[in-house]
Amino acid sequence: MTNRTVLVLLEPATEVRTSVLELLTIARGLGRVEAVAMEAPTVEVLAQLGAYGVGCVHQAEIARAGVHVSGDERHLPAVVAAGLAAAVRHTDADVVLLPTSFAAKEAAALAAHELGAGLVIDAAAVREADGRIVAGKRVFAGAWDTECAVTTDVAVVTVRANSAVAQPAEAAVEPVTEGFAVEVAPSPVALLSREVKADTSGRPPLDQAAVVVAGGRGTDGDFGPVEDLADALGAAVGASRDAAFEGWWDSYVGQTGVTVAPRVYIGAGISGAPHHRGGMQASQVIVAVNSDPEAPIFEICDFAVVGQLADVLPQAAAEIRKRRP
Amino acid sequence: MRIVVTAKYVPDINTERGFEDCRVVRDAGEGTLNELDENAIEAALRLVEAERASGGIGPDDGEVIVVTMAGPDGDVALRKAFQLGVDRGIRVTDDALAGSDYFGTAAVLAAAVRKLGEHAPVDLVVTGMAALDGLGSVVPTLLGAELGLPTLNLAKKVELGPAEGSARTLTITREIDDATERLSAPLPAVLSVTDAANQPRFPGFKLIMAARTKEIEVWSPADLGLDPAVAGVAGARTRALSAAPRPERAEPEIVTDKGEGGVALADFLIRNDLV
Repeated sequence: MTNRTVLVLLEPATEVRTSVLELLTIARGLGRVEAVAMEAPTVEVLAQLGAYGVGCVHQAEIARAGVHVSGDERHLPAVVAAGLAAAVRHTDADVVLLPTSFAAKEAAALAAHELGAGLVIDAAAVREADGRIVAGKRVFAGAWDTECAVTTDVAVVTVRANSAVAQPAEAAVEPVTEGFAVEVAPSPVALLSREVKADTSGRPPLDQAAVVVAGGRGTDGDFGPVEDLADALGAAVGASRDAAFEGWWDSYVGQTGVTVAPRVYIGAGISGAPHHRGGMQASQVIVAVNSDPEAPIFEICDFAVVGQLADVLPQAAAEIRKRRP
Repeated sequence: MRIVVTAKYVPDINTERGFEDCRVVRDAGEGTLNELDENAIEAALRLVEAERASGGIGPDDGEVIVVTMAGPDGDVALRKAFQLGVDRGIRVTDDALAGSDYFGTAAVLAAAVRKLGEHAPVDLVVTGMAALDGLGSVVPTLLGAELGLPTLNLAKKVELGPAEGSARTLTITREIDDATERLSAPLPAVLSVTDAANQPRFPGFKLIMAARTKEIEVWSPADLGLDPAVAGVAGARTRALSAAPRPERAEPEIVTDKGEGGVALADFLIRNDLV
C-alpha cells in the first residue's frame, strides 16, 4: 500500500449510493480513503462510510464573496468542482474518484481543469502501476478494452457503476468530519429551478442496478409486463430511446441516455440499434425477448426468447416468484 | 447572431470500430460527422432563422460556422455540415494535434473560437452532448472553461431571450441524472444540446449539390497563435497503454416461444444463479 490519498466524492451527502460504495472499495486498493461532501453527512451516512474505511469526511464550507452558499446551488457542477479542487489542495490528495453521472462528469472536468490534473471518464477499473494511476475503459459498445496511465501528479477519474463489488473494509473506522473553506467565483449561470424526480417505485436506480429490464418499441407503450418482470427480479426498469421519446418511459438506456453495465440486462421488444447497444453492451449477461428472430440484439445476447413479450415476461415473472428460494 | 458549432469526425457507429497502435482507426470510407453534432447544427440554424424571422437581424445576416479538429479525412464531416446549411466550415489541422486528450481538444477549439471572434463577436458556441466515439461529454464544459464563458450543458430545450439592454439571456431546460433543471446565462456562452433537443433537418437537393464544392478553410495551430504542444500526444495528461478487442460472446441459446418461453427464461436465470 502506498501513502497515496484518495478522495471520493459523496454527492449528495444524505445517502451513500451503491456507486459510492463501489468507489470506496476501489479507492481502498489505491491508498488512504477520504470523502468530500458539499453538505453535512448524516449519522447513518457516517456509519456506512466508516464501515468502508473512510477516516475523514471533508465538508466544504462554501462561500461566494463572503456570503454562505446553501441549498440546491451546492449541487451545481461548478460549485462541486470548486469544492473538489479546494479539497485536493487542502489534503494534498493524489486521486479523486467520482461516479459517472452527467453532473459528476461536469464537476470532474472543471476540477481537473482547475488543478491541471489528468482526467479519465467512465473507467471500468482503476489500478496503480509504476507509481501511476492506470484506468481501464470498455469502449465501442463494449467491444474493446483500453488502458491509459495518468501522467500528471493528480488523477481525476469517474468510474462507471458495477465496476466493482462493494465490500466493507476489514476493520471499520470512526470517521471524523472536518470543515474546509471553499470560495467560489461569482457565476454568470443562474439556477432558475431544480426539481428532483421523486422515485416512488421502490426499484433500484437504473444506472446502479445489478439487474435491468428494459422495454422498447415492441411494448407498444405498455410497460406493465416489463415492470412485472423487473419487480420479480428486484430490477430497475429502463427503455430504449425510441420508447422514451414516445413518452412511454422516463429514462432510457443508450449511449446518450443512461449507460448501464449490470450483472443481468434483459431487453424486451428492443431491436438493439447501435445507439442502444452502446449503452448496454458491457452488461455481463444479456437476455433478449423479441418477436422478430432477425433482431440485431440476438447477435450480442447470451440467451433469447423469440416470442411476444406480453406472454413471455409475465410467465417468467410468475415462474421466478414461484421458484425463488 | 454569429454562432460557432464545434464538430467531430468520428467512425460511423454502424461500422466495425477499432484501434490500431492505441489510436482509433479513422478510415475515410467509414468516418462521418458525429451524429450528435447534427443536433448542435440544427439548434444553431434555428436560432439564426428565428432571429431573421423576428426581424432582429436582416434576412442575409447571421452566420453559423462549423469548426472541427481533424486530419484531411475530416472534410467529410464538414461537407455533411454544409449539406445541413451552415455558412462556413473550418478544419484545424496538424499532425502534432493527433492524440489530443479532452484538454488539448478544448484548447484548440477555444483558440479557433477566439480567432473567429477577432473579426466579429461570437455570440454563442454550440456543441453536441458527446462524441459517439469517446462519449466523454466533457469537451463542452472544458471549452467554456478555456474561453471563460458561461456554459449551459445538455439542453433539451433552448430559449433565447429578447435583445434588450446589454446582454441577451439564454435559458435552457435539462434533465440531468435525477433532476430537471432550468438554467440561464448571458451571451456570449457555450451551449451543449442533447439528441432530444431537436430533430435535425434532412439536407435539401440544392444544399447537397452546393456542399460538394463549397470551400473548406484549413487552419494550422500557428494560424491560431497556438503552440501545438498544448495538444496532441505531447500535451496529453494521459498516455494510452493498450487497446484490445474483447473476446466474442459465446453462441447464444435461443428459444422460440411455444407457450413455455417465459419458463425457459426464468430457468436460464435461475440455473445461472442470476436471480
